[in-house]
Amino acid sequence: MERAQHGVVLFYSMSHALWAEKLFKGTGIPVKLIPVPRQLSSDCGICLRFDQPDEPRVRDILDRKQIEIQGIHPI
Amino acid sequence: MTGVKTIYLDNAATSWPKPEAVYRAMDDFMRRTGASPGRSGHRLSIEAGRVAYDTREALAMLFGVRDPTRIVFTANATEALNVVIRGMLHPGDHVITSGMEHNSVMRPLRAAEQAGVRVTVVPYQPAGTLQAGGVERAIGEDTRLIVLSHASNVAGNLLPIAEAGLIARKRGVTFLVDAAQTAGCCAINVEAMNIDVLAFSGHKGLYGPQGTGGLYIRQGMESRIRPLKHGGTGSRSESEYQPEFLPDKYESGTPNTVGLAGLCAGVRFVLEQGGAIQRRERELAAALLQGLGGIPGVVVHGQNSAEGRIAVISFNISGLTPSEVSMGLEEHGILCRPGLHCSPAAHRTLGTFPQGTARLSPGYFTSDEDIEAALQAVREIAARGAGG
Repeated sequence: MERAQHGVVLFYSMSHALWAEKLFKGTGIPVKLIPVPRQLSSDCGICLRFDQPDEPRVRDILDRKQIEIQGIHPI
Repeated sequence: MTGVKTIYLDNAATSWPKPEAVYRAMDDFMRRTGASPGRSGHRLSIEAGRVAYDTREALAMLFGVRDPTRIVFTANATEALNVVIRGMLHPGDHVITSGMEHNSVMRPLRAAEQAGVRVTVVPYQPAGTLQAGGVERAIGEDTRLIVLSHASNVAGNLLPIAEAGLIARKRGVTFLVDAAQTAGCCAINVEAMNIDVLAFSGHKGLYGPQGTGGLYIRQGMESRIRPLKHGGTGSRSESEYQPEFLPDKYESGTPNTVGLAGLCAGVRFVLEQGGAIQRRERELAAALLQGLGGIPGVVVHGQNSAEGRIAVISFNISGLTPSEVSMGLEEHGILCRPGLHCSPAAHRTLGTFPQGTARLSPGYFTSDEDIEAALQAVREIAARGAGG
């Protein structure tokens, strides 16, 4: 099976997505805001893409900063 | 009027001039970004979203709010107050306010009263603790909301917000504070002051442009406040029902993003100045109070000390109407605001209804020379008034 290279964090609103983006930029974890891929459905039109190996750190930071998310998916 | 320097002492209505960064941010947004925030995934839309987000973050920092998404934008403090008052009161509910409120509070409350809400106006007492006690005594079984302004837009006195917040929290009543006159000029910490909902204007002490303002809404409060507007939010687009999460629940329609760009620069300016704004405004208030106090025929309304107040000072000159005083000042290039200042309740409390007062409100950019020029003009007008 082919392994996903990236994951995305889905958010309820763009404000949450931008909050998260700012947080990750401060930690040095490479992230990028992208439009939500067609196969996923989200409340907000943009999501935050990260490199798959960073997923544990991404989850940990979102959890510690108590940023509400809709989910994390591989793409 | 040629050759007369303009001295703007109407900062309580709109602060002016603004910090240079505010003009630059708005020009830059219009030229380089321009797009709708949160509506598309493209670069400019995301950049516009960042402008709105950065503004929330700066405001959250200023008000001691952990989560920037608890900041909601409105067109002004009036709209913010309407969201809460109209969105949470039902017939049979009881609401408590003070005798120092602006019509942005009183009119929505009176409209609610006509629809069956019971309104108690606690008489304003000069000693803050007495007033907080009055609020506490007014609380009943059906009291749902206490709404108080942080400072009077007429007399400049601060209300005992922290004491009232403690009482509201203890009694389980929602506490709404109108910070239109104080946000940016006075320290506000929503946690320490037990404020559930804070309404602020962007174009006064926060140095943003007109058409900006907003709310802080404490976590969980949104389930009790219906939105004033329903519509597109850029989120949950497959649903025909309004989202329940913040800030989207209260932010339908394309926002005033260029205004937010200016507001963001204004709030950052306030954060950079730290306590210097409050210190400077206190100096200006003290100089005005001292100067006015020594002019025969001048009566200053409200408290006479520079402590416990903001730099908003109301006065009258015996034998002259506030409009005559204001026109006389304008001949000297001094711009102030005469009349009732949209606050008949406050003027009744001060005993200045219906004639009103002349109001001087210097700002952070007012110089000592400006104050001296204003005082000299009042001296001349008072001497002329007494003589005529």
